[in-house]
Amino acid sequence: MPEWLLITLLILAKLGLVFFVLLTLAAYLVLAERKILGRMQLRPGPNRVGPFGLMQPLADVIKLLTKEDFIPDQADKWLFMLAPGLAAVTALLTFAVVPFGPPLTLFGHEVPLVVCDLNIGVLFFLGLSSLAVYGMTLGGWASNSKYALLGAIRGLSQLISYELSMGLALVPVVMLARSFSLNDIVMAQADVPFALVNPLAFLIFLISIVAESKRIPFDLPEAENELVAGFHTEYSGMRFGLFFVGEYINLIILGSMLTVFFLGGWMGPFLPGIVWFSIKVLLVCFFFIWVRGTLPRLRYDQLMHFGWKILLPLSLLNVILTGAFLLWRQG
Amino acid sequence: MNIWRDIKGTIQPFWITLRNMFRPTVTIQYPEQRAEISPRYRGRLILTRDPDGQERCVACHLCSAACPVDCISMQATEGEDGRRYAAWFRINFSRCIFCGLCTEACPTLAIQVTGDFELANRNPLETVWEKEELLVDHCGQEPDYNFYRHAGIGVVAGRGENPGEDKPVDVRDLMP
Amino acid sequence: MATYIFYILGIIAVVATAMAITRRNPVHSIIYLVNSFFALAMLFYLLGAPLVAAWEVIIYAGAIMVLFLFIIMMLELSPGERADRQGPGPLQWLPVLLLGAALIGCTLLLLKLDPAGSQNIPTWYASPRDFGYVLFHEYALAIEIVSFQLLFAAVGAFYVGRAGGRKEAGGIK
Ligand code: SF4
Ligand code: SF4
Repeated sequence: MPEWLLITLLILAKLGLVFFVLLTLAAYLVLAERKILGRMQLRPGPNRVGPFGLMQPLADVIKLLTKEDFIPDQADKWLFMLAPGLAAVTALLTFAVVPFGPPLTLFGHEVPLVVCDLNIGVLFFLGLSSLAVYGMTLGGWASNSKYALLGAIRGLSQLISYELSMGLALVPVVMLARSFSLNDIVMAQADVPFALVNPLAFLIFLISIVAESKRIPFDLPEAENELVAGFHTEYSGMRFGLFFVGEYINLIILGSMLTVFFLGGWMGPFLPGIVWFSIKVLLVCFFFIWVRGTLPRLRYDQLMHFGWKILLPLSLLNVILTGAFLLWRQG
Repeated sequence: MNIWRDIKGTIQPFWITLRNMFRPTVTIQYPEQRAEISPRYRGRLILTRDPDGQERCVACHLCSAACPVDCISMQATEGEDGRRYAAWFRINFSRCIFCGLCTEACPTLAIQVTGDFELANRNPLETVWEKEELLVDHCGQEPDYNFYRHAGIGVVAGRGENPGEDKPVDVRDLMP
Repeated sequence: MATYIFYILGIIAVVATAMAITRRNPVHSIIYLVNSFFALAMLFYLLGAPLVAAWEVIIYAGAIMVLFLFIIMMLELSPGERADRQGPGPLQWLPVLLLGAALIGCTLLLLKLDPAGSQNIPTWYASPRDFGYVLFHEYALAIEIVSFQLLFAAVGAFYVGRAGGRKEAGGIK
């Protein structure tokens, strides 16, 4: 077999695998969330479809596919149709740079367990997460409905506010790892995960990604009891499904980013790297669900105050402190 | 300091939700398991009969007037012996909110609530129940009460003169 | 190969920008402009400056255009009221789809190529480290001046927002 064919096949196989695993994981994350939330509220959650409700995601997909795909009369048709895809694609693309295991050796080749190890992986992640705003905003605007528009405006300002502190929380990580590549960042955490080295950055990043994922306590863009369903009020059928799946893929992505940047990625004793990575990501996802089951929604002005007056100055301070610390240690 | 109270207030609920996760659920798996319904549960309405086996309802429209959602309708008519009854009696159960106000208004205790709540139906027209479906063959929760025994029919015949009817109570008499 | 990609990307950028300034619907213009920024970012990547490419996307497409979008959404221009409502719908969108498809194609080709080792445009490859070094050594003064300007702007914005807010709140009540 010629060299390039093998490499191309490997890349395709990796892509397909990641895609498949990610979608299945997202579908089952929905089920897990419903189950866990149910248990927290002393009810069993979905348990009718299949044993323990394990076929529920399948039933949901069938339901979403057979629903009417409704487009409001006064909507901007093309943008309306484009937006959910945009939301799902930006979420999916981010996974291209996530290293989910140490390099494998297959057919005498060293295969890095990452779809594409960019040397600016951190920036790729930040870029795509800033583009994720578009799917939501355009969808909300194109629906031509006041609830959708309000949800989109809220989401827009929330996401750009928290993206700042998220990006600034990553600066100390890059300073500590001395690289933008996610692989190198994981390598730099071989001894101690960055969450222990720089707990402040960890905390800021954690809060920012909860805000970034538009979930409780930061779910103002889709606050059910104020805005019906926020930016996707007018969506139905599989278009709504794309927004929905995109949200959960986003959850997994943000979880893996937290793992890579602060929890040491696939580093861990005894077990193979990919198992450690999955365990950590699932734990982070559980934490997200736990937060949803526990905290109430913030008020909008509280959200903005917290983002701009507490998180942002703290993360700036943290950048300066980390720089000073690194300089001092170098002598 | 206040901030410690805030931090404690943020952490504590996490512990509570985590603890709740490992407590048994309270859900009743409905079609297989059934909830125990209290004897005073307000479910579907019935029209009961008096101990003599005759219809209690005198078609006085009081239930219909008391109903906050106006879901009871009827047509009053009279029998040979002057006894009033409903020619037809209709309750729209897709409108009924099961408040039980009709049973409180009813002077004859004819309309009563039961523990039945399984009224779901694919055809909304079938949730409109007619008198034949509402009427039951027992006295419901008041087995001894017989309105006409106390009140008499007293339209065609004089008061207390119908067959099987007690004499009317003399209100001026001190004896019971 | 790289030369062709360069020209294709250049055409995309120019056409998308032209579309952006001729649209009547501001939201559509923004989408074309974002498209053109992507093409520019790919050009930067092709010329060996991945860092600038990433910033083009993060800052221009991800932040500034989003703010534009924010303002336009605040202007209550609902899609139903747009002036060219009778215009051919699919035809209007054909260009952006074509441009987008061409962009994705170029991106895929680019990722297959190694920007530093390609034949025709073998320029200098600026790794993030080199970039930062040059920026903060040779251009340190310029950076300081710019950051001071930004600081002034921020302080000014803060002051204006604060005073205006107080007066208006007082005036209404
Ligand atoms: S229960 Fe309430 S709503 Fe139902 S028929 Fe009686 S009065 Fe009307
Ligand atoms: S059910 Fe009772 S309240 Fe209603 S019409 Fe009959 S007697 Fe009167």
